[in-house]
Amino acid sequence: MVETLFPNGISRYAIGGLLVGLGTAVIYLGTGITAGASTFLESTLSYVSDRSRFQQYRGSRDWRLVFTASIIAGAAVYALLFQGGVWLTEVAPWRLFVGGILVGVGTRIGKGCTSGHGVCGVGSVSRTSLVGVVTFLVVAIITANIVAAFGVTP
Amino acid sequence: MSRHPLFMPLVVVGGLIFGFGLGFSHMARPEVVIDFLTFEDFGLLFVMFGGSIVAGLAFWTLSATGGSAPLTGRPYGRRLKSFDRNVLLGGAVFGVGWGLSGICPGAAYASLGVGNWPILYALAGMFVGAYLQGVWRSEPAADAAAVPSDD
Repeated sequence: MVETLFPNGISRYAIGGLLVGLGTAVIYLGTGITAGASTFLESTLSYVSDRSRFQQYRGSRDWRLVFTASIIAGAAVYALLFQGGVWLTEVAPWRLFVGGILVGVGTRIGKGCTSGHGVCGVGSVSRTSLVGVVTFLVVAIITANIVAAFGVTP
Repeated sequence: MSRHPLFMPLVVVGGLIFGFGLGFSHMARPEVVIDFLTFEDFGLLFVMFGGSIVAGLAFWTLSATGGSAPLTGRPYGRRLKSFDRNVLLGGAVFGVGWGLSGICPGAAYASLGVGNWPILYALAGMFVGAYLQGVWRSEPAADAAAVPSDD
């Protein structure tokens, strides 16, 4: 049963999740900020666009850039220590790009992503975030199964 | 605006742990997310719940002290956002994108870190999407200010 549900075990997921929470907690402890990942998209656009939607994040754009660069670096440390070289996805570029556009639109309209709503919001027991997580999770499950049913792999 | 000298170093430390965790959890791999969404491997539940429990413990215990953060003076509080239709609409659009690509913003940054350069397609898409919704939703008055108007 456990092997059916978790063919790769649970330790990598549990340890990884605890570290994701710990990184969030460390920033919160020092700054009181509940840092989500997707605001970076809009705050970084404030460097190149005067639109009010992006300019509202002007005050946080520098540390969000540093946060994202550190996420990349942290994952690179993992790869150097445990992965043994680069890892490349086989998911088709069109899926990544089209999916990425929808992720960019949806996370910003929906007030959060998997880290903002999923980690910070659920951790806060925010009803808005719980509804947000259920919404994107259910829709993502339906979408992924439809895509798989059409034989689009990977 | 002047910041505490330890503000950025702390963001770096938090980001490194966060990114390392995403790499370790394999969530930086779209295939693993797609396997989760198609019920092949439920392990990702532990990433989201593990992360939210640890973060939640910090939010609740520090909020209960009624204190404020040492580096910003910001009062400790939970992440509470107002609910409206956008949460459902945006969540649904994000869900289609996540289900199609298997990647979300934080995991995409981490994916770049594990050497997965094709994730740049997803990151480019995310910036395009964030830009489009920003153009649609920006205050018309502020953006139209420079445009001559007959009104």
